[in-house]
Amino acid sequence: MSYAMDMQNYTTQSETATSEPKIMARDVNVFYGPSQALKSIQLDIGANEVTSLIGPSGCGKSTFLRCLNRMNDVIENCTVEGRISLDGVDLYNSGLDPVLLRARVGMVFQKPNPFPKSIFDNIAYGPRLHGTVSTKDELDERVEKSLRRAGLWDEVKDRLDKPGTGLSGGQQQRLCIARAIAINPEVILMDEPCSALDPIATAKIEELIDELRERFTIVIVTHSMQQAARVSQRTAFFHLGELVEVGETDRLFTSPQDDRTQGYITGRFG
Amino acid sequence: MPETTDHIVSSFDKELRTIHEIIIRMGGMAENQLSEAVDALVQRDSAKAELVRKEDAKIDALEEELEAAVIQLIALRQPVANDLRAVIAAFKISSDLERIGDYAKNIAKRSIAINQMPPQKSVTSIMRMSRLVQEIVKDTLDAFSNSDKDRAIDVWHRDEEVDEMYTSLFRELLTYMMEDPRNIGACTHMLFIAKNIERMGDHATNIAETIYYLSTGERLEGKRPKGDRTAFQILTPDDGEGEVEI
Repeated sequence: MSYAMDMQNYTTQSETATSEPKIMARDVNVFYGPSQALKSIQLDIGANEVTSLIGPSGCGKSTFLRCLNRMNDVIENCTVEGRISLDGVDLYNSGLDPVLLRARVGMVFQKPNPFPKSIFDNIAYGPRLHGTVSTKDELDERVEKSLRRAGLWDEVKDRLDKPGTGLSGGQQQRLCIARAIAINPEVILMDEPCSALDPIATAKIEELIDELRERFTIVIVTHSMQQAARVSQRTAFFHLGELVEVGETDRLFTSPQDDRTQGYITGRFG
Repeated sequence: MPETTDHIVSSFDKELRTIHEIIIRMGGMAENQLSEAVDALVQRDSAKAELVRKEDAKIDALEEELEAAVIQLIALRQPVANDLRAVIAAFKISSDLERIGDYAKNIAKRSIAINQMPPQKSVTSIMRMSRLVQEIVKDTLDAFSNSDKDRAIDVWHRDEEVDEMYTSLFRELLTYMMEDPRNIGACTHMLFIAKNIERMGDHATNIAETIYYLSTGERLEGKRPKGDRTAFQILTPDDGEGEVEI
């Protein structure tokens, strides 16, 4: 690699560095069997901000997201190389218990997936499992607080014993977010959280994401570039397993530095 | 558009092209209006001046057409990155061109008045200044056509020359007025005409800045070149020389 290219990488890199990165990824390579899904990813995720990951299908953005709470561990043939740290602690090589890690790094999926239990039990499940509450009162309080933070309390407070699956799609997704925040995670990963929702339900989730960032660090994978533009402070563009460009969201959407980013966000790809 | 790759949605390209073409047309018309207005003055041709006055409505209509196209494109396509810059640039440039058209119209109006007075010596200087501005406007439009930021920077610097010509014309006209108060009426019109041409140069400078933003995504940094010192100028019949810079 020439000196000039080195320097270029260096500048791109310096832009990824936030003052206090919550998560740092260095030289991350991911393979599914023989095929490489991520190539030498360097990315910092800043604390208390929303980082969105965008890119065409199969670009590796969801793979990267799943690396952040070791969800790839359960996929056979999947190997993760490199270093990913949370508050400076290596996620993969420090004997960290993945179950405890996932309590700190929660996840919300594309399709709302409430447990086939009551609304109350959906939220209470995590705190009970991790033993983070000791009395019934504490549990009640935790459930209410989580539902309030997810903006769902007023809609469900009179039917906490009804099944979570009986809620509308948007409510179910907010229930899943409430369930994720009930165990007081530090980071919330969202994998296309609004792709199954209508625009109003989407707007509510986006509003919620904006409120949640005061307390949590959020990483969101989205196919909607408008959504990335609306909710995130920083955007990372992935293409063919590479991190092409990362930067302030407003900068990336007005003056992207890389032609591939420009081609993708303006709808010129191909 | 200078973009080589097309959008997946081809109607998007078509809309962007339409916007681009309107600007090119407006630019051509504005450039032509300036040259016709000054010709009307130089040739003392009031019929031509009248035509220039009428033609201005066409530039205004194009500006409206462009505004509608831009609003529609933003609402329906939500452009980002270079597309967004292209649309915003077109929007800004159209209002600069529309102003250039207005100044040409004003020159035409004044030339009708001047044609009823004795011929003016300062016409030659006005002609020289207008030629320079016409060139600048033309080069600006070329820079726009090719998203050529280097050419835009070049145009941006040349506005200083216009300002300097204006400053000297200002002094020239004051001298004529002091020589013979009967010149005051015509010279005042000439002064406004000179000012109009100088303002056209400023709008071309604006356009150059917009083109720079369009092609780079960054603002043209640095102080605007300025050569117009008339705001600080004092000339009295006694000395004929005093220039005060504050």
